[in-house]
Amino acid sequence: MYILFAVLSLTALGLALGFMLGAAARYFKVEDNPLVDEIEKMMPGSQCGQCGYPGCRPAAEALVAGKASATLCPPGGKALAEQLASKLSLDIDLAGVEDQVPMVARVSEATCIGCTRCFKVCPTDAIVGAPKQIHAVVADACIACGKCVEVCPTECLGMQPIKTTLRNWRWAKPDLAAAGA
Amino acid sequence: MVVLDINALWRRRSKIRGGVHPEPRKESTADKPIVTDFPLPERLYLPLQQHLGQPAEPVVRAGDKVLKGQLLAASRGAVSASVHASTSGTVAGIEEYPAPHPSGLPTPTIVLEPDGEDRWIEGAGEADPFSLTPEELCARVDQAGIVGLGGAAFPSAMKLNLGWRTRINTLIINGGECEPYLTCDDRLMRERAAEIVEGVRIMLHGLQCPTALIAIEDNKPEAYAAMLDAAKKHGRIEVVQVPSLYPMGWEKNLVTHLTGKEVPAGGRPTDVGVLLHNVATAYAVQRAVRYGRPLISRVVTVSGEAVEAPRNVEAPLGTLLSELLAFCGHKPERTARYVMGGPMMGDHLPHVQVPLVKRTSGILALTPEEIQAADARPCIRCGRCVSACPVGLLPLEMMTRIRAGQLDAAVSFGLRDCISCSSCSYVCPSRIPLVHYFKYASGELMARQQAQQKTEQTNRLAEEKRRRLERAKQAAAARKAQASAKEDAS
Ligand code: SF4
Ligand code: SF4
Ligand code: SF4
Ligand code: SF4
Repeated sequence: MYILFAVLSLTALGLALGFMLGAAARYFKVEDNPLVDEIEKMMPGSQCGQCGYPGCRPAAEALVAGKASATLCPPGGKALAEQLASKLSLDIDLAGVEDQVPMVARVSEATCIGCTRCFKVCPTDAIVGAPKQIHAVVADACIACGKCVEVCPTECLGMQPIKTTLRNWRWAKPDLAAAGA
Repeated sequence: MVVLDINALWRRRSKIRGGVHPEPRKESTADKPIVTDFPLPERLYLPLQQHLGQPAEPVVRAGDKVLKGQLLAASRGAVSASVHASTSGTVAGIEEYPAPHPSGLPTPTIVLEPDGEDRWIEGAGEADPFSLTPEELCARVDQAGIVGLGGAAFPSAMKLNLGWRTRINTLIINGGECEPYLTCDDRLMRERAAEIVEGVRIMLHGLQCPTALIAIEDNKPEAYAAMLDAAKKHGRIEVVQVPSLYPMGWEKNLVTHLTGKEVPAGGRPTDVGVLLHNVATAYAVQRAVRYGRPLISRVVTVSGEAVEAPRNVEAPLGTLLSELLAFCGHKPERTARYVMGGPMMGDHLPHVQVPLVKRTSGILALTPEEIQAADARPCIRCGRCVSACPVGLLPLEMMTRIRAGQLDAAVSFGLRDCISCSSCSYVCPSRIPLVHYFKYASGELMARQQAQQKTEQTNRLAEEKRRRLERAKQAAAARKAQASAKEDAS
């Protein structure tokens, strides 16, 4: 009987509080700038913090407020910078923005102790593995944010450049001297 | 016959846009017969991917003894092509070996050590190919690993398949060979016209298509005469001469010129009921269906001023290009550039220790005088590139945009329609490597598209993680609530 009473009262309390929270969110809503939403959608969304902001949304806010440059997001690279610039009608010089050498994280099997710390920080769940077992990185899902490298206690995680193969090889830009600049 | 007359009418009226007249440089090889006794090399290197699409899946292991024509790697999926043993011998291994590609990067390759006996596997030939159904024919072509031998290397079975699903009313056989230096198709038509014509008839049967047009440039009168003679018994096949102009062999040019139909931008010739195949492909189809022989060798033009005895050689696939060059008297010290294919659209190779593959129509060793390398000078806006472009693009405008990093602007000028034919680079008096810009930009566009996909995937994964964490939190909260409720109760 006591148990039932306790459960019921807690449930009722939860419901009531939840309702109040919902109502508060509705009535005291801070008007969002829709542009910020749009920009946030364009960002990689990994909240990796490489831009110097705590995540993609603060980064988007800074952009809209004009406090950051369109070239702020390293994972987004040139392509994102160009999209952002056209969205915000900014003039940017892309010649200076070098796309990062594409990297991917790799676990060295010899030293991994299966602590699961990397697994917890990875924004894209690119690391798989069970506690006390060797973890591995799913290369396809890794965005090279480097967070896992920071938390690994045994320094067994490292970033490696992605190997160039026939499938991802591209023509280099003709160099300007040979191109009549 | 009415159809043909209308076509003929069109041919007189239709105008081809743009185009250039590069020096043909075919004389050194055009009059010499195909060499058929090329000595078997010590080792053959057969890449698993010699075609567009999915690489083939190996079905042999290191140490296996194989016969000539035996399947080594099976095609995987609809757009793929099998690889067969070019001779009998032992599989030495499956390893990474440099590909015939401008990057010189390695690719998975089956290495075959010939035993010198050159013993054929039992093949299932067909005395009467016309008794087979289109589906059966298609399967035979697929089993033989045939791809477009003109250079695109698109799996042929796929293209024939497409035929009996969509309506094709004209099959065009491309004997244009408009690239300078190359004469392998020319020689094939002169020497093996009857086989080619039978191959064309088999294709017609497979496609259930009424007519075929064999297009030959008017600078190859001997090939034209030979083909005309071989085709005259077969009313459904017409041999026509087309003007020598680069790039006449481009499929849209041929379709417009021969049928008067315009292939829509971004579309394919099949959209207007036309299918194109190369003469060498027709020959390979005849070999495969009539004799059960898979595609294991091809005729390749070995030429260039740095080659003493340039000629056409029929060589087993997997032969190193360096051996082919050496066979023809190559002078490495005189060589300034290696090109696989023709000089206009071919690939520059960093070195020639790479194998002959299905799409290799030529291997050229060019001297410094031939390539006349010169530094580019600023664009003088002469507009020659514009009049040369067969697609009707504005190469100079695209180039300036790409140089400034404005890819989107270049796309709006039609970058995606560029066929990398090099006509613009060829005529540019300032020697600006225009086509290199377009290849670079197309690669960048591809990379960007992949980056976009990756961003979307990241977004999705991050969202999934957020939801997973939320669920975990809720579950934990629920457990806590229950635990505290229990505590209260006791
Ligand atoms: S660097 Fe890019 S992906 Fe990382 S938090 Fe900043 S905006 Fe997001
Ligand atoms: S670098 Fe590490 S944490 Fe970042 S996405 Fe790759 S695996 Fe995950
Ligand atoms: S041909 Fe060369 S110099 Fe002339 S307009 Fe084109 S790019 Fe400029
Ligand atoms: S390479 Fe492209 S731009 Fe240049 S002529 Fe050919 S199709 Fe036109």
